[in-house]
Amino acid sequence: MTIEVSGKSYETDEEGYLANLSDWNLELAEAMAKEDGCDLTENHWEVVNFLREYYDEYQIAPAVRVLTKAIGKRLGKDKGNSKYLYELFPYGPAKQACKYAGLPKPTGCV
Amino acid sequence: MSDQEASQTSGVIKKFLYVNRRAPHGSNYAQEGLEVALIGAAFEQDVAMAYIDDGVFQLKTDQDTSEIGTKNFSPTYRALGDYDVKKIYVERESLEKRGLTQDDLMPLVYEDEDDDWEEKPMINLVTAAELQDIIEQSDVVLNF
Repeated sequence: MTIEVSGKSYETDEEGYLANLSDWNLELAEAMAKEDGCDLTENHWEVVNFLREYYDEYQIAPAVRVLTKAIGKRLGKDKGNSKYLYELFPYGPAKQACKYAGLPKPTGCV
Repeated sequence: MSDQEASQTSGVIKKFLYVNRRAPHGSNYAQEGLEVALIGAAFEQDVAMAYIDDGVFQLKTDQDTSEIGTKNFSPTYRALGDYDVKKIYVERESLEKRGLTQDDLMPLVYEDEDDDWEEKPMINLVTAAELQDIIEQSDVVLNF
């Protein structure tokens, strides 16, 4: 599969996750979100950027439970809970946000 | 993992022990073993890791795979604590036979949520005899 952004095409897997981490850019994230009918707000970006930093440090995309706990620690309990994160990312916070972050599917998601 | 999946798996919690015996980068075993352990932990199982024989090299500090063209996944061991894996057993004899000490291993820690996120060490050096007991006390033992 591929996704087209500004005349360039990027390779993805069958679920729409970017094949090459290094292809990622802001415009691509927005295009992926738009395909899901999702407009990225500042609150979305906070999570997407957090995931990119997490991957950079640990070389994995965290499972949703790990993400929730880590967000709680970084951004406070009002954001580190399932309700808040599922409202932002209804398809599953780790799965959906990792996709926009250009990361593989989270480790622990089957 | 969805909420639904999480509720289906809650209930039965088994003691899993992942026994890692091979050097980190010559084969896929080390990386696969780590990923499977993280998946088990994400399903809220009681997960412990054991490192014996050449497996002790997996925890070595300063790994660099740039010359062999594979991914250096060693930073992922530092995520074990985030997945609530808190027990790592390293066989003392294996370490000594390879001229290594605990100072050659990554200082892995987990943050104790119930103790103001204090960082606590995860690596325990154990003798072969102690490890045998740990294996016997586990419900599921998987070798990598």
